[in-house]
Amino acid sequence: MSTTPLIVARGLVKRFGSFTAVDGIDVEVHRGESFGFLGPNGAGKSSTMRMIGCVSPRTDGELRIFDMDPATQGKQIRARIGVVPQADQLDEQLTVQDNLMLYGRYFDLPRAECRRRAAELLEFVQLTDRATSKIEPLSGGMKRRVTIARSLVNEPELLLLDEPTTGLDPQARHVLWDRLYRLKQRGVTLVLTTHYMDEAEQLCDRLVVMDGGRIVAEGSPRSLIEQHSTREVLELRYPAGTNEERAPDVAGIGDRSEVLPDRVLIYAHDGEAALAEVHARGSRPESALVRRSSLEDVFLRLTGRSLVD
Amino acid sequence: MSTPAPIRVWESHFRLYRTIWRSNVMGAFVQPFLYLLGMGLGVGALVDRGSGSAELLDGLTYFQFLAPALIATSAMMVTSAEAMWPVLGGFKWQSGYHAAAATPLSPGEIATGVGLWHATKALIAGSGVAVALVFFDGTRSPGLPLAVLFGGLTGVAFSSAITAWTATRDEDRSFPTINRFVITPLFLFGGAFYPIDQLPEWLQWVAKATPLWHGVELTRNAVNEQLEWDSTAVHVGYLSLFVVLGWLSARRSFAKRLGR
Repeated sequence: MSTTPLIVARGLVKRFGSFTAVDGIDVEVHRGESFGFLGPNGAGKSSTMRMIGCVSPRTDGELRIFDMDPATQGKQIRARIGVVPQADQLDEQLTVQDNLMLYGRYFDLPRAECRRRAAELLEFVQLTDRATSKIEPLSGGMKRRVTIARSLVNEPELLLLDEPTTGLDPQARHVLWDRLYRLKQRGVTLVLTTHYMDEAEQLCDRLVVMDGGRIVAEGSPRSLIEQHSTREVLELRYPAGTNEERAPDVAGIGDRSEVLPDRVLIYAHDGEAALAEVHARGSRPESALVRRSSLEDVFLRLTGRSLVD
Repeated sequence: MSTPAPIRVWESHFRLYRTIWRSNVMGAFVQPFLYLLGMGLGVGALVDRGSGSAELLDGLTYFQFLAPALIATSAMMVTSAEAMWPVLGGFKWQSGYHAAAATPLSPGEIATGVGLWHATKALIAGSGVAVALVFFDGTRSPGLPLAVLFGGLTGVAFSSAITAWTATRDEDRSFPTINRFVITPLFLFGGAFYPIDQLPEWLQWVAKATPLWHGVELTRNAVNEQLEWDSTAVHVGYLSLFVVLGWLSARRSFAKRLGR
């Protein structure tokens, strides 16, 4: 039992009419793991999550969660899953506490137990002092935390988070990441989608990169960077609109280069050395920056496009 | 220990209602009360003085004719509004149904719970009118509680069908049209204000085909203690048919929408 993966997908397909949202993906997620689906909007991440959450039937392929079939045992599976949807879906006119109570009742928990868990979870997401406040006046970050508290009311073994920090300010994101990290330490399996590289690097033990409904790469953030990128990246900015014509000046420097509308990227093991060579050739970019490779570069390499347009 | 799933969905509606019940309950009583004072007594005095009105109204005063029908019309108005914007909101704006569908609840159970809530709102609206009727001599009747139940049935006959429709919509554009071309005409032509045999024959058939006329007949006869077994069975049967068909299609459209 403990060796059976929590989620197994084989050749999983989701079609809406003639549009294929998920095009035959293979995924395995193990207990206690923190797993990410990374990709741009429209890559098929949310459709995959909805199939795993047993609210959207698969079109084809195999899918098992807790070694059960979502098509026939959706209720039993959903009882053990927590879901943080992309939109908060909270009842704005109700209080924070009532939102949690209401949700606990959906899982058929006795009222006293709902009350006890609501208090405990509000403590966990640091919103105890807002328990009797209505949802409406809360900040985006607070609403997100209420949604996370709500998703935990059934003490799930598996937590599905669809773009958990999209639209939040940096501080709110860090608070959220910290809470999610604590959940992971408690042994909750996390599965999340994101189009933020830093989020994936912070939270995921392992991830798949999705594009156009398919998986284009899989591994830990570090191994993906090692496989598909160089150690460092040199970013050059030339005067607006001239990046394309300046690119030949620096051709051949580093392992390879990528010309974007707003900058030229040079992939090299040693970024400073690459920059020295740029200067030696007499090329004068307006600015130059050496940084470590990130998942953004992996994505760019694999798909030829950047993640967030 | 365990509570049936639709009841738990109903609870979530009740949880919100608890925060606004005072104004809602007062409105359910005050509005028909004022209406009856003005229309029922004022217009009634004029009508009852007219020649032949006693035969036309089956020996009832105009007040006794009109007032009980408001139990059915109020239930219709309240539940049909409840089945439009709040239901669309459950899918689209606050998305409460989507949140509920992520739990062990099935779409069908959610639809049934929503229907139970509409029934509750219909009963509250009907009870408000019934309490108002207690204040008038002509309608202080032991048939009032039964009339409230008939009103509830009428309300759900409308709300279940409208819920099924709303669940297939992405926008609220059709709702004012439903109000303008279905609900308001029924209120005026459904037999609440005058016997439908005053209408041209084709309109009589239209009135009889829609649920409101049956509800009006039931509530009127209950309050005036004129219920007869056979016609009552037909009216109740017809309304129940609407409820069952509406409920089945609401379950279907919820399943379709929540399980894409």
